[in-house]
Amino acid sequence: MPDLATHARRRPCRRWLASNPGAKLIDVFLPASAAGIMELLSPVAPGWGGTLLVGLLHSIEIAIGATCLGLMIGTAGAFGKLYGGPVTRDLLAVYTTVVRAVPELVLILLLYYAGTDLINQVLTAIGYSRVDISGLAAGIFVLGFVQGAYSTEVIRGAILAIPQGQIEAARAYGMSPGLMLRRITVPAMLPFAIPGLANLWLIATKDTALLAVVGFFELTLATRQAAGVTKAYLLFYLAAGALYLALSLFSNLIIGRVEAWSRRGMPSVREAR
Amino acid sequence: MSAAGAAAAQSGKAQNGAAEAIHVENLHKKFGQLHVLKGVSLSARDGEVVAVIGGSGSGKSTLLRCINCLENPTSGIIRVNGEEIKLKADSHGHTVPADRRQIERIRSRLGMVFQNFNLWSHMTLIENVIEVPVHVLGVKRGEAIAQAEKLLARVGLAEKRDVYPAFLSGGQQQRAAIARALAINPRVMLFDEPTSALDPELVGEVLKVIGDLAREGRTMVLVTHEMKFAREVATHVVYLYNGLVEEEGPPEQLFGAPKSERLKQFLRNVG
Repeated sequence: MPDLATHARRRPCRRWLASNPGAKLIDVFLPASAAGIMELLSPVAPGWGGTLLVGLLHSIEIAIGATCLGLMIGTAGAFGKLYGGPVTRDLLAVYTTVVRAVPELVLILLLYYAGTDLINQVLTAIGYSRVDISGLAAGIFVLGFVQGAYSTEVIRGAILAIPQGQIEAARAYGMSPGLMLRRITVPAMLPFAIPGLANLWLIATKDTALLAVVGFFELTLATRQAAGVTKAYLLFYLAAGALYLALSLFSNLIIGRVEAWSRRGMPSVREAR
Repeated sequence: MSAAGAAAAQSGKAQNGAAEAIHVENLHKKFGQLHVLKGVSLSARDGEVVAVIGGSGSGKSTLLRCINCLENPTSGIIRVNGEEIKLKADSHGHTVPADRRQIERIRSRLGMVFQNFNLWSHMTLIENVIEVPVHVLGVKRGEAIAQAEKLLARVGLAEKRDVYPAFLSGGQQQRAAIARALAINPRVMLFDEPTSALDPELVGEVLKVIGDLAREGRTMVLVTHEMKFAREVATHVVYLYNGLVEEEGPPEQLFGAPKSERLKQFLRNVG
């Protein structure tokens, strides 16, 4: 019975494939057989799988670096905006407004070319020779700078969401500002910050693709190379998409765990419904 | 008592032999245009239980919060165990503590209990209780845990040691907050309307714990709306009206034979 049913369902499907021009298109983009696909994606020499994986690794490196830098800028920025003097607050307002107003691609081009140029001009002015800024460092700095602006707002919101009494209790028991940050403010704000920061992390993993325009070898550039050489465009872009998806799914798994841990002291929202 | 007594000797003239733990003199506090405290003086000797009563907006909570500089007084003198809190004017003309380390040290010896408990929500009860001893006072973790277990048992929460505050009733949270205050072995306990946020049937369990502490000779300043309780446990009662001490004295006198018209009126209203 089940066999009959699947057969009956399969037939019209095949007919549809045969008559569909899209299916022909797939043939155009995927000239290789299944064995050929495996060969193209193979991680060893004739295949391009290894290239893609190296690209993915670079993307992850940049995303992690940029997120860490962004978190540091964001934490400092949030505290500056909340507790800083008028000058600090104004400077931070300019930073978050400008960075969030300008398209990231423009910022990347600007910071990458203008930034490296500026560093070299400063270096030659004070008598050093020009240096080549590593793509990795530049990429981390540029994306981290952008991430910092968004993180500032996420963390500021999270700090504002902490019940004020908990901060007051920390002060009343003689905690120093540093201890209070480490023991009370950061753990207490985490449940409110994690959804926003998780968004930023996922955006960071995909923003690494923008660095392809400045020639940094990450997943998107690797894919372009592989596809350009083999002409198997659809195959490689689908493979890249799958890798980005796998990274997101894996991230979600980790973030879910971290979020559950950070909410350990809070009753479940579902139960309160 | 003797170590602090030496320090306090210069400030508190030991009237009943005990040193002055808290001394507040001519305290003023303004919030912008609002003049909340208009020159309040208050004193608590070792072993005394000073209850501060008064209507809403009389400044009693502000007075208590000025003692450990949770609110910075606009002017006045505050001495804790004979040590005067150094104050200075900041660039905006607000009075702030001049020495951060001094105020942190003084605060770490004043056990504050809040109206809304203010337990740290990301820590279990035992973690809440050991937090200040371990991270502020430098007590060894093992010792702190042993002591915290005793304190939680004492407030009747031994079996709740690994529960997070959000999963407990208000009364249980407030009892845990009292254990947290006791864990620092405070010189003085400050209670800021500890039962005002509780359901009526939970008030009793918290008052019982505070009453036991008062009877064993803990020094306390207690801001409260519970007149019957204040009368029972206090050794000295201060009635604040509109930012000034309207009348003060032993509880029998204040509640039994009030002199001020306003206090009579107040007691009629709350009684």
